[in-house]
Amino acid sequence: MTFELAIILLPFIVAACIPIFYRRLPKKAIGWVVLMVPLSLFLLLTTYIPRIAKGQTFSNYYEWIPSFNINFTTYLDGLSLIFSLLITGVGSLVILYSIFYLSKKESLHHFYCYLLLFMGAMLGVVFSDHLLVLYTFWELTSVSSFLLIAFWHHRKASRAGARKSMTITVSGGIAMLVGFLMLYSMSETFSIREIISNIDVISEQSLFIPALVLILLGAFTKSAQFPFHIWLPDAMEAPTPVSAYLHSATMVKAGIYLVARFTPIFGGEMIWFWAVTGVGLLTLFWGSFNAVKQVDLKALLAFSTVSQLGLIMSLLGLGSIAVYLGYSKDSIIYTQAAFAALFHLINHSTFKGALFMMVGIVDHEIGTRDIRRLGGLMPILPFTFTVALIGSLSMAGMPPFNGFLSKEMFFAATLKITQLDVFSIDTIGVLIPVVAWVASIFTFVYCLIIVGKTFFGKIKPDILEKNPHEAPIGMLISPFILIGLVVGIFIFPNLLGHYILQPAMAGIYPTFPSTEELTPHISAWHGFNMELWMTIGVVILGITLYFLLKRWKPIYRWIPQRLTLNSLYETVISFSENVSESLTKRYMNGNLTHYFSYIYMVFVIVVAGVFFLTNSFEWSLVNNSSVESFELILVFVVIFAAVAILFTTSRIASVLLNGVLGYSVAFFFVIFRAPDLALTQLVVESVTTALFLICFKFLPDLTPERTSKRVKVSNGVISILVGATVTIVGLAVVNYEKFETISTYFEDAYNLAGGKNIVNTILGDFRAFDTMLEVVVLFIAGLGVYTIIKLKAKKGDADIEN
Amino acid sequence: MESLIVILVGILVSVGTYLVLSRHMIRVIVGTAILSHAVHLLILAMGGLKKGVVPLLGQSEDGFTDALPQALILTAIVISFATTAFLLVLAYRTYKTNGTADFRELRGISDE
Repeated sequence: MTFELAIILLPFIVAACIPIFYRRLPKKAIGWVVLMVPLSLFLLLTTYIPRIAKGQTFSNYYEWIPSFNINFTTYLDGLSLIFSLLITGVGSLVILYSIFYLSKKESLHHFYCYLLLFMGAMLGVVFSDHLLVLYTFWELTSVSSFLLIAFWHHRKASRAGARKSMTITVSGGIAMLVGFLMLYSMSETFSIREIISNIDVISEQSLFIPALVLILLGAFTKSAQFPFHIWLPDAMEAPTPVSAYLHSATMVKAGIYLVARFTPIFGGEMIWFWAVTGVGLLTLFWGSFNAVKQVDLKALLAFSTVSQLGLIMSLLGLGSIAVYLGYSKDSIIYTQAAFAALFHLINHSTFKGALFMMVGIVDHEIGTRDIRRLGGLMPILPFTFTVALIGSLSMAGMPPFNGFLSKEMFFAATLKITQLDVFSIDTIGVLIPVVAWVASIFTFVYCLIIVGKTFFGKIKPDILEKNPHEAPIGMLISPFILIGLVVGIFIFPNLLGHYILQPAMAGIYPTFPSTEELTPHISAWHGFNMELWMTIGVVILGITLYFLLKRWKPIYRWIPQRLTLNSLYETVISFSENVSESLTKRYMNGNLTHYFSYIYMVFVIVVAGVFFLTNSFEWSLVNNSSVESFELILVFVVIFAAVAILFTTSRIASVLLNGVLGYSVAFFFVIFRAPDLALTQLVVESVTTALFLICFKFLPDLTPERTSKRVKVSNGVISILVGATVTIVGLAVVNYEKFETISTYFEDAYNLAGGKNIVNTILGDFRAFDTMLEVVVLFIAGLGVYTIIKLKAKKGDADIEN
Repeated sequence: MESLIVILVGILVSVGTYLVLSRHMIRVIVGTAILSHAVHLLILAMGGLKKGVVPLLGQSEDGFTDALPQALILTAIVISFATTAFLLVLAYRTYKTNGTADFRELRGISDE
C-alpha cells in the first residue's frame, strides 16, 4: 500500500506538469484539469473513513536519507484524516469557485501551480510522522502561501503582505525546528509516535520545557495567534479563493494540527495548559474585538478567523488537562474540550469558507468590499444573501446551524474547567468562561455587521448605476455546498462525531483505552442549562451593542496608532534593514583592493593559523639537492627583478622586468630537467611581453601611486604575510613522504601510450581530457577577448539591463 | 635547492600580492603574472629538483625526474597566458569605457 505517498506526491507532480502543458490547454480548461486532483484525492480519502473509524491506522516507511536518520514515514490516523479531508474537500470547492472567480487574463498557470504546491505541502504536513519531513513541508506551505499572497505582485500591498506573512511564519518555523532538534536530542528519534511512546523518559529532561515553548511558537505563528496574528489581515491581499482556502480553512489550521498532535507529548505540563488556553482565549477576544471596527469585509473576516482560531486553540488547551489527570472516570469529561475543538475546526471551515466566497462574490459583482459603501444588496444578490446569513448565524453560534453545537460545547468546556483545582485554575480559572463569553458577544456583533451592513439598509446610488446582478451559478455552487454542510452537520452531528471525530480523538489521547467513551453524544437541546443562558445573554447583549455601535465605537481610538503591534513590527523591520544596510556598506564599499585584502587575510589566518595551532611545521634540509653557484646567481636575478618591479614607475620597465622574470623561470626549467616547460615558457613569455607592449598603446601610463603611507604599509604587511605563509606551506610539503609517488606509472609511457616523451604522453594521452578542457579554456578566453574588443557598448545600453 | 626555491617562491608571492593590492590596473595584471610564475616554480619544487634525468624515454633506462608536475605546469602556463591576455583586454575595455585605470576611481562609476 503506497496510496498515502501517492496522495502527497500527486499535487506536486501535477504542479510540475502545469508549466509544461498549460500552453496546449485552452485557458478555461486548466482549472478543470486541476480540479480533478483534489477531487480524486478526496474521494480516495473517503474510502479510508470506514477503516479508520474501526481504529485502523496506516503507516508506511520509505528510506530517504538513511545515513542522517531521515526517512519518509507516512502515518494516516483519524487526526490526519480530518485535516486531509479538509485540505482536499475545501480545496476542490475553492478551485471550482476560482474557475469562475478569476479572470481568464490572469496568469492562471502560476496560480494553480502554487495552489497545488500548497496542497501537496499541506498534505505532507498532516501525513508525516518524521519531524524533519514535517518541518520541510511546513515551510513549504509558508513559501506557497507567500507566492499566493503576492499573486497580484504589481500591487505594493500584496508584496508587503506576502513578506510579512513569510517573515512571521518562517521565524516561527525555525523556532519549531530548534524545538524538534531538542526533542531529537532527548529521545534520539525523529518519529512522533516513538517520542509519544517514550514520553516518560523525555519529560524528565531539562530541554523538555524549552522544546515545548519553541514548538508552540511555531504553532502560534502559523495559526495567527496573538501577538503574531498581525500577518493574517495583511494576507487578505491574496485573491479571495486563496483567502478562503489557505487563510481560513487549511494553512492557518496547521498550528492547530501541531498542537493536537503534540498534546500527548506536552499535554501534561502546566505551561502547555496555560500557554495554549491563555493565548487562545486572548486571541479569541482580541480578534473578535478588532473585527468589529473593520470596514473592509475581508479584513473583518480575517480578524474573525484569528478569533475563531483562538477559540479552537483554547479548546485544545482545555482538553490537555485530561492528559495531565490521566485516564479515569472523572477525567474523561475534560476530553470533551478537545472533541469540541475538532468539531469546531470542521464547522469553522464550512461556514468561514462560505463567507469568504460570499465576500468574493460581493467584491466581484459590486466592485467594493467596503461596508461603508455597501448596503441594501438583498434584493440584488438573494442567493449570496442566503449564504451570508447562514454562514454568519452559524459563526455567531445560532441554531439551527453547526456553529451553535460547537459553541455550546465550548461554553460547557470553559465552565467545566473551573471546577478543577490543579494548575491554580481555582484562582484565576474563573476568567476563562468570562473571556469566552465576552468574546462571543463581539463575535455576535461582527456577524450582524457582515449581514446587516452589506445586505440591509439603503442601497447606495453609485452602486445602482452599475446595474449589478447575481453571480453566475458556477460561483454559487461551492458556497452552497458549504452551507448545505453547515445545516447538515447540525442535523446529523453524531454521524460526523462517530466516523470522523472519534478516531481523531485516539490521536490526541493515545493512552486512553477506548475512544468510545471519548465521544460525547452531541445534541442540540440540553434543557435550560448554563450554556444556553450564556448564549441567550450573548444574543441580547449582542443585538443591543450592534444598534448602539455608533455610541461605543470611539473606544477603538483609545489605543494610539504607534503603540499597535503592526507599528512595532514595522519599526523592527525597518530598523534591522537600516542596520544591516549600513553594516554591509561599511565593508562592501566597492573598492576592489579592499576585497582582495579580505581574501588574503582570510587565507593567511586560516592556513597559517592551522600550522600555528597544530604545530605541524617540520622542515629539514636532509633531502634537498645541492645548490650550484650559477643557480644562486639566477635566484638573485629573479629576486632583483621582482623587487625592482615594485619600485619602477615606468610601465615599459615593469613589463621588461616581468619578461626577465619569465625568462629566468625558463632557465630554471632547463636546470630542473624540464625541457618542454622551458620551451613553452620561452614562447609564452615572448608573446605575453609583446601583448603587454601592444596594449600599452591603449592604456594610460603608470602614475605614481598616490596612496597614503598607512595603506602602503598595511599592503606590504599583508603581502609579506601571504608570501611567508606560502613559504611555510612549501617548506612543510617538500619533505612530505607519506604517499608514494605515482609518477612511476607514467614511466611505462612507451608501452601504455606509445610515446617516448613522458610529459607529452601525460598531456596527450593519460590526461587528454584535461588538455582538451584546457583548450576549451583557451577558446573561451579567446572568445572573450574577441567580443570585448569588438563589442561597442552603445550609449543607453546599460539602461536596458536594469 | 628545494628550500631555496620555496623561499624564492615566497618572495615572488609577496611581490605579486603587493602588486595585486595596488590601485593601477597594469600593476595588478603584472602581479597576477608574477603569481603564476611563483606557482609554477612551487609545483616543480614539490616534485623534487635535480633528482633524475630528463623524462624522455630512450635517454636513459630509469631514474627519471618526476614528470607529473611538469605536465601540470605545462597546462598552467598556457592557462595563465590566456588569463593574462583576457585581463589585458578587460583592462583596455574598462579604460575605454570609464576613462580611468585606477580601481579607487572606478569604484563610483559602476552603472547601477
